[in-house]
Amino acid sequence: MKHLSITSVLVWIAMAFASVSQAQAQSQAGSDTSDLGPLLVRLVDASLSEAVELIPQLETQGGRGILPLFTAMFDNSLAVDPDSMTFYRLAEDNSARPVYPPADAGDSAELQLSAAEADELERIRVSNRLRVLLRDAIARIRLFEGDADERSIAAAELLSQLGEDTVLLLREALASEEDAEVREVLEVGIAMNVLVSDAPDEERLQVVPTLHGRLEAPVRNLLNSLLDPNGRNEQNPEVRAAIEEANAAIDTRIRFYGFIEELFYGLSLGSVLLLAAIGLAVTFGVMGVINMAHGEMLMLGAYTTYVVQLVMPGFITYSLWVAIPAAFLVSASVGILIQRYVIRYLHGRPLETLLATFGISLILQQTVRTIFSPLNRMVVSPEWMSGTIQINPVLAITNNRLFILIFSLIVFFALLMILRKTSLGLQVRAVSQNRNMAKAMGIRTDRVDALTFGLGSGIAGIAGVALSQLTNVGPNLGQSYIIDSFMVVVFGGVGNLFGTLVGAFSLGVSNKFLEPAVGAVLAKIITLVFIIVFIQFRPKGLFPQKGRAAE
Amino acid sequence: MTSLLDKLGDMRSATSGTITLFVVVLFVSTTLASLSNLLLPEDSAFHVSTYTITLLGKYLCYAMLALAVDVIWGYCGILSLGHGAFFALGGYAMGMYLMRQIGDRGVYGNPELPDFMVFLNWDSLPWFWLGMDQFWFAMLMVLLVPGLLAFVFGWLAFRSRVTGVYLSIMTQALTYALMLAFFRNETGFGGNNGLTDFKDILGVSLTEDSTRVTLFMITAAMLALVFATSRYILDSRMGRVIIAVRDSEARARFLGYRTQDYKVWLFVYSALIAAMAGALYVPQVGIINPGEFSPINSIEIVVWVAIGGRGTLYGAVIGAILVSYAKTRFTALIPESWIFMLGALFVIVTIFLPKGLVGILQSRLPGSSGGGKGKANLGRVSS
Repeated sequence: MKHLSITSVLVWIAMAFASVSQAQAQSQAGSDTSDLGPLLVRLVDASLSEAVELIPQLETQGGRGILPLFTAMFDNSLAVDPDSMTFYRLAEDNSARPVYPPADAGDSAELQLSAAEADELERIRVSNRLRVLLRDAIARIRLFEGDADERSIAAAELLSQLGEDTVLLLREALASEEDAEVREVLEVGIAMNVLVSDAPDEERLQVVPTLHGRLEAPVRNLLNSLLDPNGRNEQNPEVRAAIEEANAAIDTRIRFYGFIEELFYGLSLGSVLLLAAIGLAVTFGVMGVINMAHGEMLMLGAYTTYVVQLVMPGFITYSLWVAIPAAFLVSASVGILIQRYVIRYLHGRPLETLLATFGISLILQQTVRTIFSPLNRMVVSPEWMSGTIQINPVLAITNNRLFILIFSLIVFFALLMILRKTSLGLQVRAVSQNRNMAKAMGIRTDRVDALTFGLGSGIAGIAGVALSQLTNVGPNLGQSYIIDSFMVVVFGGVGNLFGTLVGAFSLGVSNKFLEPAVGAVLAKIITLVFIIVFIQFRPKGLFPQKGRAAE
Repeated sequence: MTSLLDKLGDMRSATSGTITLFVVVLFVSTTLASLSNLLLPEDSAFHVSTYTITLLGKYLCYAMLALAVDVIWGYCGILSLGHGAFFALGGYAMGMYLMRQIGDRGVYGNPELPDFMVFLNWDSLPWFWLGMDQFWFAMLMVLLVPGLLAFVFGWLAFRSRVTGVYLSIMTQALTYALMLAFFRNETGFGGNNGLTDFKDILGVSLTEDSTRVTLFMITAAMLALVFATSRYILDSRMGRVIIAVRDSEARARFLGYRTQDYKVWLFVYSALIAAMAGALYVPQVGIINPGEFSPINSIEIVVWVAIGGRGTLYGAVIGAILVSYAKTRFTALIPESWIFMLGALFVIVTIFLPKGLVGILQSRLPGSSGGGKGKANLGRVSS
């Protein structure tokens, strides 16, 4: 270790001389990043106090290109390969991402280094003083040179660390800023500063409206502190009244977005219920077959996702696109097998069908338990499914829930189209309305039964793929959804797909709105009891079938 | 017309015969088992261990539970997938009494509060635990709570003519909701762990052999009583209407019977049997937890009845004992195999044995085809 670092120091010195002469030749070339070479070489060798002087120079000459390096340094994870003078962000697990010189195209690739390789990299140390400098430098670079989004985020971050120098920075940025949204944030920062300054009350009163209804946490903290008798406790009654008004506006907006968030989670739960119930709406609703093994079709779909990811470990991003058709096929074929070998013989005996399919569900569960172990299996979410969309400081929507919400609607309308527009759909409806008449018209009812059951089960399989992104994949996955699914179908009205849609979303939303008040379990119990009572009064559900088909 | 009356008379004498036979078999086997446990030395070949006695007592509780389901499913066509709820509620009421009997012998030594309440930092008994230290009150609750629940549920369901599969799923949702509720610590029934660590009942230690045997005998006696009562009810005029409701509810209604009333009362009666079974089960097994509410337990009961043969009462008893015995054996041998077996049983019985084991016996025995057929057959009554 020791002699290695000595030799590398020698190499750098040699390189430093070389690049200094080079840099002098190029010193007039403007903001070309190669300009930074000598500064960077000095940074590698610099003592902490020398580095303090280097940062501002790097900032003025480096511009945006230096930003990744600065953030890596700020996070105390900057390391350099002394031979190539490439700077890396070195993570705990020895994965290294080049931060300087800027990569040629797109995202710089991440390297996985061995421990020995990682040891050869020279870590750049930072002191607290350096970190303060870096933080400001990063903020300045982003505030002046980023795109509008970046500028707005940078300005918002500065709100939590307002001081004299940051306010100067904000004012400076405001002078040159053109984007309205960014300007607003900058003005908020300045207003916050004025509010706590010694400025005359009139001036302070004037800036309060700027803070009206702002959702940024620092604004809320500041206003609360100003109203708090133990905090800053604003004395001037006029200013105080204005602050109270601004604060009330903030509260209203937060409540509104809280409502939106709950609504979203409710819709998300509704989409899960819809996915779980939609296959059942076909087998139970349209065909009238009670399939207690429906939950296991979901489970099979989820396990198919797991197996697909095992088979193609390098392509997690695309695995879902393979898993969806695969899950459809697996669940559909299992469904057709069940229909052909069990349910067919129990036609017209719903209670017996219920028992037999329950037996099948037990067998399927135990089979999965034997093959995959009773423990939950991990299904990886592809990158495009993870992450959140930050709509404003208090409202964030997770990507996977949003995708699943959209996906459930796509599946629903696809199923609706199949039943309404295809010849299979026509035959299914004919058989469900009057089996004997359909038979007399030459429809092969046996085949239609099998295909319908396959369709319903296959859709459950697809739903399983989606569920695998939200919950644990285990042998009991299906069991936990079977009662909910039946509730949704019965609540919505048997034989009515739109009823299932409305039922799923209204149950999902009402459940989520109950949750904060009474807790998750009690909310679920209340929903169940509500449906039990509801069925007593409207035994045919929300949207009962009318006409002859109803009998 | 006369031939029909004759037939009914035959049925009546045949059924009183089955009651006698059932009671005699039950009485002889229980007495033998009990005596050999208490009197014979432990190394005797005929000694029945206390473990076996407890196991047999458990089976008899299950048999009672199966009987409860057979009464409504086999005779009235109401398939309840939530009878485990009534069983568990009865069990919990008994468990609460036993819990209060522990007194200050619990881990925390609190004379007033059961251990789990001390653990949860509660400072007083919740209102619904008051009075549960009195045996008579607890026994009243064993019957009252499940009975009331069954009445309210049945009254709502049958009055609005929820039938068939819908009713089955509703009952399943009912027990599922109760399971979720009882899993919560805040509900006040010991949460996940349920009620356990019982010490004694009516001042006698639960671990004594004599207590075990007494409980076993009581269970057998209750089973015999319930069997006879059910027979009596189902052979009475009310029983006829109930069977008519099963075979064609609309026709029975048009004939002027308030079918929903019959169904409600039969449902309540059945729930009471289940609750008693639960109350007898808990002191013998020594624990009651929310798992008893789980939908799969209720469905297992239905399997007992289906395998034994529904609509015969004794078929349910035989089914419950046989399947439970098989479960005990198979889970001991290969734990994983039981679920496969259970699942396969469901499928095989529904497809190949719609009348259960009793159905096979009846078709083999030529003499009993007349009366038995009408009852075991769920199809139309031939006229």
